[in-house]
Amino acid sequence: MSKLNRSVVPDADVKTVDGIALGDAAVLESLYHDYFPMVLNMVIQNSGTEEEAKDIFQEAVIVLYDKIKQGNFELSSKLKTYIYSVCRRLWLKQLGSRERAFQDVNNYEEVIPVEDDLAKHRETEMQLSLMEEALDKLGEPCRTIIHDFYILNLSMQEICQKFGYTSADNAKNQKYKCLQRLKRLFFSTM
Amino acid sequence: MMNEQDFIAQADRFLNGEMDGAERIDFERYCEENPVAAEQLATHRLFLRQLKHHADRAAFKNTLASVADRYRRPMASTAVERREPVLVALWNRFKINSLVAASVAIVAVFSTLWLSGYYKTIEKTSTNYSALRRDMNTVKKNVNAQNAVIRNINNEKQKGGQSEGHFGATGFIISPNGYVVTNYHVIKDADSVHLQNTKGESFRADVIYIDPTHDLAMLHISDSAFKTLKSAPYTFKETDSDLGEDVYTIGFPRDEVVYGQGYLSSRTGYAGDTTAYQLSIPVNPGNSGGPVIDSRGQVIGIISGKQTGIDGASFAIKTDALLKSMSAIPMDSLESKLLINRKNSLSGLKRTDQIKRIQEYVYLVKVY
Repeated sequence: MSKLNRSVVPDADVKTVDGIALGDAAVLESLYHDYFPMVLNMVIQNSGTEEEAKDIFQEAVIVLYDKIKQGNFELSSKLKTYIYSVCRRLWLKQLGSRERAFQDVNNYEEVIPVEDDLAKHRETEMQLSLMEEALDKLGEPCRTIIHDFYILNLSMQEICQKFGYTSADNAKNQKYKCLQRLKRLFFSTM
Repeated sequence: MMNEQDFIAQADRFLNGEMDGAERIDFERYCEENPVAAEQLATHRLFLRQLKHHADRAAFKNTLASVADRYRRPMASTAVERREPVLVALWNRFKINSLVAASVAIVAVFSTLWLSGYYKTIEKTSTNYSALRRDMNTVKKNVNAQNAVIRNINNEKQKGGQSEGHFGATGFIISPNGYVVTNYHVIKDADSVHLQNTKGESFRADVIYIDPTHDLAMLHISDSAFKTLKSAPYTFKETDSDLGEDVYTIGFPRDEVVYGQGYLSSRTGYAGDTTAYQLSIPVNPGNSGGPVIDSRGQVIGIISGKQTGIDGASFAIKTDALLKSMSAIPMDSLESKLLINRKNSLSGLKRTDQIKRIQEYVYLVKVY
């Protein structure tokens, strides 16, 4: 990626990026409003359906989210160009797997290379699916205990009350066992 | 050395920033002194980061999905509006009306054309082929109007109690036991068919087989007055004849047998029909169904029609088609077997003698 070029990137885009990082629903909504019609147009003109356009757009937003979450994200182009490029790339791939021809070549929007981002996105996707798998195997109540403690940052007392353990120590023991099991599951599948 | 459970609990607190200064320094020192513990801490930290990332992403996906879901409805309606300009909207609204109007218009146009006889005119003008059956009523009318002499004859006939047939044509014997061939167009709408020979004897006949594609019909004389004839003097020529072949025909363009002479002028018939010949021979309504005979007394075809507006273009169905048609007659519609004559008793005879012998086998077909 080239250096950040302030003049190309509007302030609104920077705000949008921050909103995405926080998972702000309002920002996501405006994202749909601003950019989805363009993607819909591109997909439909290239033998796709509205449903497919929605899937593509959703995946593109997640790609963007991953990229932002990795830190040191710098917009090198307009957000619009970035989203269009990602969607186009994703749609090309899907068409390729279906062996359909793609006639559209940079006709509507500027396109930037996004292959690296997509590769990273796929890697993240894979790792997270491993985590998902491990969590599924872990089962309840372990999954909720881990979630409550590590993600929601609930205290041991609260967890103890929620799950009806006799003492906080018991809950601590339980949490430790759950964590060890999750680690084993996660690293064994890796 | 603390146990693993305590270590993880401390690590959690450390990573969450819950330790105060002294505790923190102790923990860090402990990790520095214990490489195993340091590694454990690193793994734990990475694992937790992964866990957190997963949870964040899941939450994000949820938000995104709900946003997409909310976006769906307004988007759908605006999309419809955008894709439908005024013209399309108008078309949708009045589609049914215009379709109904269009179909009414179509029905009106074609029924008017039909009622005004447009199609009949087209049919008449687009084909120059005229079938040569004789419309006796027309003849009668013309005769009544114009020719006094013939009117007298006509009146005499009517006095004699003879009712006129609607159509007249020619037919000839193909098998001496009473089988006669004529054109399909002759007997097409027939109520009854009568055959009259040159001696004036009349017999009732039944249609036993029709072949509309070749314009052929087979009749059988079912009258008890009919006696089986001697075998016919002519034979049927199966191979095609050559251009310029001298041919003649005998038929009934009027109530008396009429001889006509000419030559074979083309190997194909009307509009390139390969099952027929073109002949240059004078023929008139009533000649239909007459035999076309070459100089050696072989039947090479059956007169079927002529082209209007062109002189000397008459058409005859080839014998080949006749023979095929004959072999296609179902056996159970035959009363007795067809006896096709193989022995020609005409070759070498003078034309006049040939005609004398043939005319007994040629009939005036009267259709009522």
